[in-house]
Amino acid sequence: MTGRPTSSHITLRVNGAARQLDVDNRTTLLDALREHLGLAGAKKGCDHGQCGACTVLLDGRRANACLLFAVAVQHVAITTIEGLADNGTLHPMQHAFVEFDGFQCGYCTPGQICSSVAMLDEVAAGWPSAVTGDVAATEIVLDAAEIRERMSGNICRCGAYLNIVAAIQEVAP
Amino acid sequence: MDFLYARSWDEALAAKAERPDAVPISGGTDLMVDLNFDRRRPDALLDLNGVEEFTRWERVNGHVRIGAAVPFTRIINEIGSLVPGLAIASRTVGSPQIRNRGTLGGNLATASPAGDALPPLMVADATVEVGSVRGERTVPVREFFTGPKRSVLEPDELIRAVLVPVADGPQQFAKVGTRNAMVISVCSFALALHPARRTVAGCIGSAGPTVLPTPDAEQYLEAELADRRLWDSRAELDEAVATRFGELAGAHARPIDDVRGTADYRRHAVAVLARRTLQWTWTEYRRAQR
Repeated sequence: MTGRPTSSHITLRVNGAARQLDVDNRTTLLDALREHLGLAGAKKGCDHGQCGACTVLLDGRRANACLLFAVAVQHVAITTIEGLADNGTLHPMQHAFVEFDGFQCGYCTPGQICSSVAMLDEVAAGWPSAVTGDVAATEIVLDAAEIRERMSGNICRCGAYLNIVAAIQEVAP
Repeated sequence: MDFLYARSWDEALAAKAERPDAVPISGGTDLMVDLNFDRRRPDALLDLNGVEEFTRWERVNGHVRIGAAVPFTRIINEIGSLVPGLAIASRTVGSPQIRNRGTLGGNLATASPAGDALPPLMVADATVEVGSVRGERTVPVREFFTGPKRSVLEPDELIRAVLVPVADGPQQFAKVGTRNAMVISVCSFALALHPARRTVAGCIGSAGPTVLPTPDAEQYLEAELADRRLWDSRAELDEAVATRFGELAGAHARPIDDVRGTADYRRHAVAVLARRTLQWTWTEYRRAQR
């Protein structure tokens, strides 16, 4: 156990790079990304875990960056929307959102895309959702109802859901 | 704000003994909301994310011992068939993002009557392992809560794990909310059938100062099932029995009027949920191998 002063020098592993920064202990991961590291992709919508606009990936699992302390996530690999593209080539999910018009104002889009990328991994791992009929089934049929339930942690106030579902279906295997 | 962190159970207990005012944080899905909105300003936080044993579960003597920081996602995916009531409730917690972080220990320590995991833990006769530098003890979930957001936890104590008996019969959970995701429940109900002992257990969530057991409804149903020899015959359950069970369960609710619903609505909805969960569990019992 180590007591520390009210600010900390920390290292975050973001999008494959180790980034060092000094933060007040109260700084959320979301504020650290946006205010300290210049990564403004993750958005602050509600700041209490309701809207999903701040969704990032921790070791590949989706989480709300507004509900995490920066000092508490030094042990995990963080992926933000800025880290999804590969050398300037859009991630297939980013490409699909463009193709299918999966947004209007775009504010929720980084969270929607990070969330949907991790969601497809969850499906591939066989995780059931609250609408999966047979929870023991080994293969999940990713229909629109499944996608909507599994994306329920991301709100789009423009109401682009129809196209978001279409974009995700395009990328789903 | 001091930020303390622990890498083992012993380190965590030592830190909590030294700083009983430190608020433990694991998933952060509830506490962080209060901090972001400046509703709470703790002088110190105790980060438990480094304590690896909190994230493990194991089978022990007919029980599943679930570490305090096993997130809801893993309860659903890894032990759903052993503790079905808890898994069903876990699937309704928050959103996928919240379920990846939120933990059973957090639900217990927060002690909100709206904690979705709490009614299924009560009807499964789960016990909580808590400890401090003074020693360890186990507390039945039935005796854990003392009021809204209050529990028997002492200031220097932490939750280590939850012991949940492997289900010995059908279990169900249902809740009412304005939408499927991201809602604090208006009310909820968990039901477990224990065919081997010929008992049933119900528990109301989010319609009283704590989660509430439903002894009158249980006694009524147990007597009906015995008198009609239904445990053995596995015959259909009379609709009137299910309705009466719901009414008696609803009478145990001690709800308030608030932004999420009126007391009258909650009492009525609890009765409906109790009737439905009984019909679901009984149908499952009838289908099970004899």
